[in-house]
Amino acid sequence: MLSYILRRIVATLPVMAIVALFVFSLLYIAPGDPAVVIAGDQASPEDVERIRQSLGLDRPFLIQFGSWVWRILHGDLGTSIFTNLPVSAMIGQRLGPTLSLMIVTLLLTIVVAVPLGVVAAWKAGSLIDRVIMGFAVFGFSLPVFVVGYMLAYIFALELEWLPVQGYTPLTQGFWPWLENLILPAVALGCVYIALVARITRAAMLEVLQQDYIRTAKAKGLGQGGILFIHALKNASVPIVTVIGIGIALLIGGAVVTESVFAIPGLGRLTIDAILRRDYPVIQGIVLLFSFVYVLVNLMIDVTYTLVDPRIRY
Amino acid sequence: MSEELLRIDDLHVAFSTRRGMVEAVRGVTLTVGKGEMLGLVGESGSGKSVTGFATTRLLDAAGRVTGGKILFRGQDVTKLRGDDLRQLQGAAMSMIFQNPRAALNPIRAIGLQIADAILTHKRISKDAARAEALDLLRAVQIRDPEARMNAYPHELSGGMCQRVMIAIAISCNPALLIADEPTTGLDVTTQKVVMDLLADIAAARGMATILITHDLGLAARYCRRIAVMERGRIVEEASPRTLFSAPQHAYTKRLVAASPTATSRIEDLVTEEERERYSAVVGKPRREPEHGTPPLLQVRQLAKRFDQGSAAVADFSMTMAGGESVGLVGESGSGKSTTSRMICRLIDPSEGDIVFDGQSIGHVAARDFHRSPLRKDIQMVFQDPNESLNPRYTAFDCIAHPLMRLDGMRAGDALRQRVEECAERVGLPLDLLPRFPHQLSGGQKARVGIARAIACRPRLLVLDEPTAALDVSVQAVVLQLLDRLRRENDIALLFVSHDLNVVRMLCDRTIVLRNGGIVEQGESRALFDNPKTDYTRKLVEAIPHIETGEVLAAAL
Repeated sequence: MLSYILRRIVATLPVMAIVALFVFSLLYIAPGDPAVVIAGDQASPEDVERIRQSLGLDRPFLIQFGSWVWRILHGDLGTSIFTNLPVSAMIGQRLGPTLSLMIVTLLLTIVVAVPLGVVAAWKAGSLIDRVIMGFAVFGFSLPVFVVGYMLAYIFALELEWLPVQGYTPLTQGFWPWLENLILPAVALGCVYIALVARITRAAMLEVLQQDYIRTAKAKGLGQGGILFIHALKNASVPIVTVIGIGIALLIGGAVVTESVFAIPGLGRLTIDAILRRDYPVIQGIVLLFSFVYVLVNLMIDVTYTLVDPRIRY
Repeated sequence: MSEELLRIDDLHVAFSTRRGMVEAVRGVTLTVGKGEMLGLVGESGSGKSVTGFATTRLLDAAGRVTGGKILFRGQDVTKLRGDDLRQLQGAAMSMIFQNPRAALNPIRAIGLQIADAILTHKRISKDAARAEALDLLRAVQIRDPEARMNAYPHELSGGMCQRVMIAIAISCNPALLIADEPTTGLDVTTQKVVMDLLADIAAARGMATILITHDLGLAARYCRRIAVMERGRIVEEASPRTLFSAPQHAYTKRLVAASPTATSRIEDLVTEEERERYSAVVGKPRREPEHGTPPLLQVRQLAKRFDQGSAAVADFSMTMAGGESVGLVGESGSGKSTTSRMICRLIDPSEGDIVFDGQSIGHVAARDFHRSPLRKDIQMVFQDPNESLNPRYTAFDCIAHPLMRLDGMRAGDALRQRVEECAERVGLPLDLLPRFPHQLSGGQKARVGIARAIACRPRLLVLDEPTAALDVSVQAVVLQLLDRLRRENDIALLFVSHDLNVVRMLCDRTIVLRNGGIVEQGESRALFDNPKTDYTRKLVEAIPHIETGEVLAAAL
């Protein structure tokens, strides 16, 4: 098992290298001379030349790439053109809110979507099944920002149960932290819950038709035992896969959600950096997200082997 | 008869389908005494399994008992609900199924699966349940039971999985066990071992058993009383001896006639009206090949090694003349399917050569062989007609496809004529040609598969267990068809099977394979009557024959 994980980690290295190359090329793929872009509209030719030299843009591409990678490996993501702060420090500041939002959304999704899907499969064709799947279609069709504003209007402005927007770090207490995250997490989780519930239902339906479920019934096992011991674990490979893929969805959704609820997270930082053409910051964020995604995929693959003894690599 | 345990009284079961309610069981009445083993025999669709599922209350959601009673120890099973039902299932009454590997949860260790059943019905600790599970594994004679406790179903053979299923079924000492085709799909030798084990356990524990099977021979070997079902009704109930010596009902007569025995010939299995047409063909003397004609197929030192491990097939050599039929028999894992696929050029041999009609084809890569002009001379009939026909092709398309690919025919009257000719030769009614596989019966699908294979007028047909998925009466017709095709069209048949009764009837010569090597070969009748090796003898002895007199005498 350990050797498998190690081999998989080694296998992610080429993926990360390609991602790094792509991220680095961003600066060159973007139209125009990077030095001119960075220097801005009012810069004199001397300023542009100075920036070109200070950034090493006059050197060959591969050498630039090599030294960039070298610095990243030492934890140096460069300096923001706009704020002159180290990119790693800027990301570090914003990591907490985004991470909190994503974890709360993920937990909410699993706790809500999986049981809904199981019940829908168990009662397939019944009214309960139709209601659950109806909600799933609804949740699927609504854009995050619509749900976000609706939730904020109902629960924050009208009922005044929860704060409208903002973020409180976990260090200031669990409830204040959670209170601010509930509405964004529900808004962000809607699509995700719909997706996971549907897949759970489909996977469970498939498993419930198998011969070994009949065997479990023949043994006299109760409904709960059949659903959760003999069926859910067998259905979990597609469910885990979709939860993993969904994390990519969450990353995209977080950018919008953070704007709606004014959460000072990475999503906001990304938007700001793009508007300001702050390339080092964009590169740092994209690199981080890619890294997270590769890591999540690794975790999914490891989970497969824990769930299903037939899967061996 | 001993004290009554189960009484099924005028049972009716219906399934709701898209075309409305379909009655699967229409008025079944039968009784099972304590400790008795009853055989419930019938062909597919006869309602025998449905009767079993209704008794154990495991019918699909679509199925419903619409009438009658199932009295188990005087209590009507059809009326039980909730906890009362669960106390019955797996405790007083249990069931084992066909296809044991699918019946076990693939991702749960077998020890746990046995313990699940124990813990559901007994208030004992997990450790105690584990200890009991271990004892049960010993009781079903699984070697090295401690290590097997943590094994998963995919690590065990089919026979082993069925033993585990038996262990689960007997874990709470049920009074009644319903075994639904418990050995179908297992090798003959494994079949015998598993059935002997089941019979011993039932006898030792005084457990009544209903053996549901399509195999009259199997039921005759193990049951004192057999009930024959046809289309949802019990048509006859008798001791095996009476059933075979003096069957009363027309259906039983047909079933008995179609069941191959140690001495039966193909013509014996054929129904009256078809016999004439067939006899005319058999009567004609076979055209002797002219002296000096080269053999149709020559296989030299064929070997196949898969990625790792030992050879699946090693040093396999054989020759076949045109119009000859050769049987290839052995247990699963003996390499018979691998060999047949290499000869068909569906997989590549690792070593050796295959010469067909004087041309060496062994080293033409399997994936390029479809371009070879010899492709249409070597065709294959696959095991399961349900799985080997494309569900989106009509019967016509299935038969027409090879003609278009290999004979270069275009859609049109000529093609239609050829397809209809093929259908006629295999006895497939022409009005079935526009149908899709799911609209055809098992026997009709088998005919489509054979029609497809003979469409291009091949000279060698390789048949991989072509009748294993068929009912005996359908099997009889298919065997007769194959034999007729061979005689009329001089098609050589390479027949891969584990059913020795069938091989004996159909094949001139037989080759016995074990662990990828030839153990014995020779003229079929001589080989079966006087096996030279222990392995062949074991295979022959394991066939459930219908000579019941001796077995019954031994049992009494």
